[in-house]
Amino acid sequence: MEFVKQYLIPRLVQYFLVMFVGITAVFILPRLAPSDPVERTITQLRSQGSYLDPGTMDEFIEDLTEMYGLGGSWLEQYGAFWQRLFHADFGVSFFQFPTPVNELIRTALPWTAALLLTTTVISWVGGNLVGGLAGYFNRKRWSKALDSVVMIIRPLPYYIMSFALLLLFAYVVRWFPVSGGTDIGRRAAFNWPFIKDVLRHAFLPALSLVILGGAIWFQTMKLIVQNVNAEAFVQYAKLGGVKEGRIVSRYVIRNAMLPQITGLALALGQIFSGALITEIVFSYPGLGTLLYNAIITGDYNLIMGITVISIVAITTAVLLIDLLYPLFDPRVRYA
Amino acid sequence: MKVFRDLLRDYRFMWSFGVLCALLFVSFLTIFAPDDPTLWGVVPRDMKPSWSYLLGTSSKGQDVFWQAAFAVRNSLIIALIAGVVSRVIAVLVGMVAGYKRGRTDTVLMFIADCFLVIPLFLIIVMLAMLVREQMNLVTMGLLLAFFGWAWDARVIRSQILSLREREFTQTAVLSGTGTLPLVLKEYMPFSTPLVFSTLINNMSWAIGMEITLAILGLVDMDVPTLGTMLQWAISYQAMLLGYWWWILTPIALSVLLFVALYWLSVSISEYLDPRTRIQRVGA
Amino acid sequence: MSQTILRTEQLKAFYVLDVYGTQKVVKAVDGVDLDIRENEVYGIAGESGCGKTTLLKALAAAIEPPLRLIGGKVIYRVATGDEVNAEPLSLLSMPDAAVDRYLTDGEIDVACLSAEAKRRLRWRYISYVPQGSMSVLNPVAKLKDTYRDFIESHVSGKTRRDAFQLAKEHIVELGLPLEILDAYPHQLSGGMRQRVTIALAALLKPRIIIGDEPTTALDVVVQRGVVQLLKEIQRKLENTIVLVTHDMGVQANIADRVGIMYAGKIVEEATTKTIFDEPFHPYTQYLISSLPRFGDKSPRESVPGSPPSLLDPPSGCPFHPRCPHTMDLCAEQMPDHVRLDASHRVACWLTGAG
Repeated sequence: MEFVKQYLIPRLVQYFLVMFVGITAVFILPRLAPSDPVERTITQLRSQGSYLDPGTMDEFIEDLTEMYGLGGSWLEQYGAFWQRLFHADFGVSFFQFPTPVNELIRTALPWTAALLLTTTVISWVGGNLVGGLAGYFNRKRWSKALDSVVMIIRPLPYYIMSFALLLLFAYVVRWFPVSGGTDIGRRAAFNWPFIKDVLRHAFLPALSLVILGGAIWFQTMKLIVQNVNAEAFVQYAKLGGVKEGRIVSRYVIRNAMLPQITGLALALGQIFSGALITEIVFSYPGLGTLLYNAIITGDYNLIMGITVISIVAITTAVLLIDLLYPLFDPRVRYA
Repeated sequence: MKVFRDLLRDYRFMWSFGVLCALLFVSFLTIFAPDDPTLWGVVPRDMKPSWSYLLGTSSKGQDVFWQAAFAVRNSLIIALIAGVVSRVIAVLVGMVAGYKRGRTDTVLMFIADCFLVIPLFLIIVMLAMLVREQMNLVTMGLLLAFFGWAWDARVIRSQILSLREREFTQTAVLSGTGTLPLVLKEYMPFSTPLVFSTLINNMSWAIGMEITLAILGLVDMDVPTLGTMLQWAISYQAMLLGYWWWILTPIALSVLLFVALYWLSVSISEYLDPRTRIQRVGA
Repeated sequence: MSQTILRTEQLKAFYVLDVYGTQKVVKAVDGVDLDIRENEVYGIAGESGCGKTTLLKALAAAIEPPLRLIGGKVIYRVATGDEVNAEPLSLLSMPDAAVDRYLTDGEIDVACLSAEAKRRLRWRYISYVPQGSMSVLNPVAKLKDTYRDFIESHVSGKTRRDAFQLAKEHIVELGLPLEILDAYPHQLSGGMRQRVTIALAALLKPRIIIGDEPTTALDVVVQRGVVQLLKEIQRKLENTIVLVTHDMGVQANIADRVGIMYAGKIVEEATTKTIFDEPFHPYTQYLISSLPRFGDKSPRESVPGSPPSLLDPPSGCPFHPRCPHTMDLCAEQMPDHVRLDASHRVACWLTGAG
C-alpha cells in the first residue's frame, strides 16, 4: 500500500497534468500568433492565384473559422476543443479536404507505431547489451574500437543519418527503394509478398533509427558499467570468486540497466521526434510524412491532431515505463 | 593554461578544437565576401570546383564556397544565441529549484518535465509555422533557446542539491549571505564547467533543429545556413543532376561540426570528472 | 609451533598512476615479511593510510591495475588432498602446469596461479570480511540469491545443498530470522548486514579469513557481537583470521599476535600481551600509551605530526621525522628486523644493531 501511495499516485497525477498542460499549449499556440490561421490560409490561397468574390469570401472565412474552431470567445473555444477531443474529433483536414483528420491519423499511426516500437526495442536491448559488455571488458581492443566508431556516429542528427543512408543505399547502390511504405498499387494482405515488400521499404528507416538509438545506449551503458564495476558489491563478488559470467549478468548489467530504464523514459520524446524526421526523409507513410504534408499545405487541424496524439502517446509510454521500473528495482518496491 | 595543455593531450580535444577554430576562421572570412549571399545569379551556374570557384557553384548561381562560409557563420550564430540564452534560463531555474527545494522546486521541475516529455519537435514546428514571417537568425535562436533549457536545468539542479549539503553552504548561510549572492558566487565555480559542457551539447542540438526546420521550409530560405543550403540543393535535385559539390558541402560541414562539438564536450567532461581522469592509467 | 599457512617475502606493491603525463607512485606496501600460522588470529594495526588495505588485497591475491606487484612474493600453503565439505580441494586437478612447478611442501607462489586457479581458491581457502559501512551485497538480489552465487560458484552437487543448509544454520545461530534470506540488502540494518557477511565468509570453512576493519562504522554493541562471532568461528573451524583494524581495543580482545604497520612497512610484531605490556618501537609505544586506562587520569599523548604521504615517503626509517629518539642513522637507512625473542621482532635502530 505504501508503494501505491508513494509512487503510483504521484506518477498518475503527474501524467494527467502533463498531458493537460501539453494539450492546452497546443490549443493556445495558434491563437497567440500575430496572424490567425484563417488569415494565413486566405493569404496562401491568394498567393496561389485563386480569387473569390467578397460574398463567397465571407462565407469561406466563416467556414474556415468554424473548421479551425476559432469561433466565439476563447473560453467557448476551449470548451468546444475539449469536447471534440473526447470524441477524438480533430476536425476536417485541409490538405485532404474533406477527409476528417482522425481518419488520416488512423491510417498513418500503425506505420509509425510499428517502426518506432521495433526499432526502440532492438536499439535499447542491443545497445545496452553490447555497451554493457564493452564497458566490462573496456581494456580489450574490440571495446575501444567500437567506442571510436560510436563516437563518430552518435552526434549525427536523425536527418543527416537518414539522408546519408538514403543516398548510399537508394541512389548509389540501388538495394532499397527510395520512398514509401510499399510499392505503389500493392494491396494490403497477410501474404508473404506484401510482408516482404513492407520490410524492404521499412529497412532503411529502421536501420537509421537503430544505428542512432543503439549508439546512444551503447555509450551511456558503457559509462555506467565502468562505474558499476568499481562498486563495492562487484569488487566483493570478485573477491568471493563468483564466476565471471554471473558477475557480468547478475551484478553488473542487472544494476546498470536501472538508470537506462529511466533514460529510455526521458529519451522517448526525442526518439519519437527522430522517427518522424526519418519518416519524412524516406517518405515513409507514417505520421512524419503526414506532418510534412500538413506543414506544406498549412493544414492546422491536421498538425494539431498529430501533436495531440503524439503528446498522449508519448506521455502514456513514459508512464508505462515509469510503472515498470519498480519491477526491476527492489529498493523502490520495498521502500 | 595548464588546463588547456592537459586537454590538448586528448586527441579528441585536439582534433575538435582544431576543426572548430578552422570553422570559426571560415566564418570570419565572410567579412571579405565579394557578394551579398542572398542574391541569386552572381556567378555562372553549376560549375564544378575549380581554382576560381573553390567548391563550385550552385544552380542558383551562387559560389558554393562563400555560401558555405556564410552558412557556417549563420548556423554558429543561431547556435550561440540558442545556447547562451538557454544556459541562462537553465542556470536560473536549476539553481533556484535546487537551492530552494520545497514547492518552488516541485513546480519548476514539473514545468521542466513537461518540456522533456512532450515531443518538442512538434511544438517547435507549430510555433515556427506561426512566426514564419518574423523568422531571422535572432528569432530562430530565441525560439530554440525557449525549448532547450529543460534537460540542463535538471542536471544543474542535481549538482546544486549535492552542493547544498556541503559544509561551506551552511557556513555561508550562518554568516548571513543572501540566497542570490550565495548561489552566484559560491556555486558558480562548481557549475561553470558543467554549464560549459551542456552549452556545447545544446549548440549541437540547435544546429540539428535548424537543419530540420529548414528542410520543412519553416525558415527564411534566402538566408544561407547549413539547413537552407542543404534544402536548396535537395529541391534543385542536385544529387540526381550530379552536382555533388553543392549537396555534399553542407552535409560534410554539418557532420564535421557535429562530431567536433560532441568530441569537445566529451573530452571536457571527461577531464572534469575525477574518476575518468584517474582511469587513464598505464595498464 | 603450528605450521605457517600464509607468508610473504619482501612484498612490494605500489599504485602506479599516470596523471596527464606525470607518473605518480604510491608505495603502499614496501617490503613486508609476514609469517602467519594456522589456528591463530593475527592482527595488523596502524593508522589510516599506512597501507593496511593494500596489504590485504595482496594477501587475497587481488592485485589489479593501478595496483602492481613490484617485488616479493605471497605464498599460500595448500595441503594437497585437503577435504573441504567432502570435496577434495586439490590444486593438482586444476589445468595449470605452473602449479606443479611451485608445489613444494604444499606451498604455492600466488603469482604463478592462473586467474581461474585463484578464483577456485577464493572462499574455500581464503575468504574476506569487508568493512561494515560498505554495501557489498548486490542491491537487486535477495540474500538467498547472493548466498547461492557464492556457493554455486565453488561447490557442486550434494555439497551445495549441505552448504545452503549450513548457511541457514548460521543465520539462526546469529540470532537472525530465517526470513532474512528472502529480503533485499537495503531492508537490513548495518549490523545485520555485517553479521551476514561474516557468516558468508565462514560458510565454506576456509583456512584463512581476512577481515578489513570489520568492526569500524558499527556501534559499540554490534561491535562486541561481531568480535564474539569472529572468535567463535575461529574456535570452531580452527583456522586463521587476519584482522586489520586501527582499533587497539579490538586487537587486545581477539588477536593472538599483532603486527604494527607504518608507512607500508611492518615495524614491530609480537604477541598481543607483549605489544601492550612491553612495546619496543617508539611508534608502538605512542599507540599503546594513547589508549585510555581505568583509573589513570593523566592526559593522553598522541603521536606528534601527521602520517607520511606514501607518494613521497621519508628516507630511511619512515618514522624518523616524528620519532622522539631519532638518530642520524635513522634518516639514512631503513633498519632490518631484529628478533628480541621467539615471537617478538622489531625494525628499529634503537635495538643497537648497526
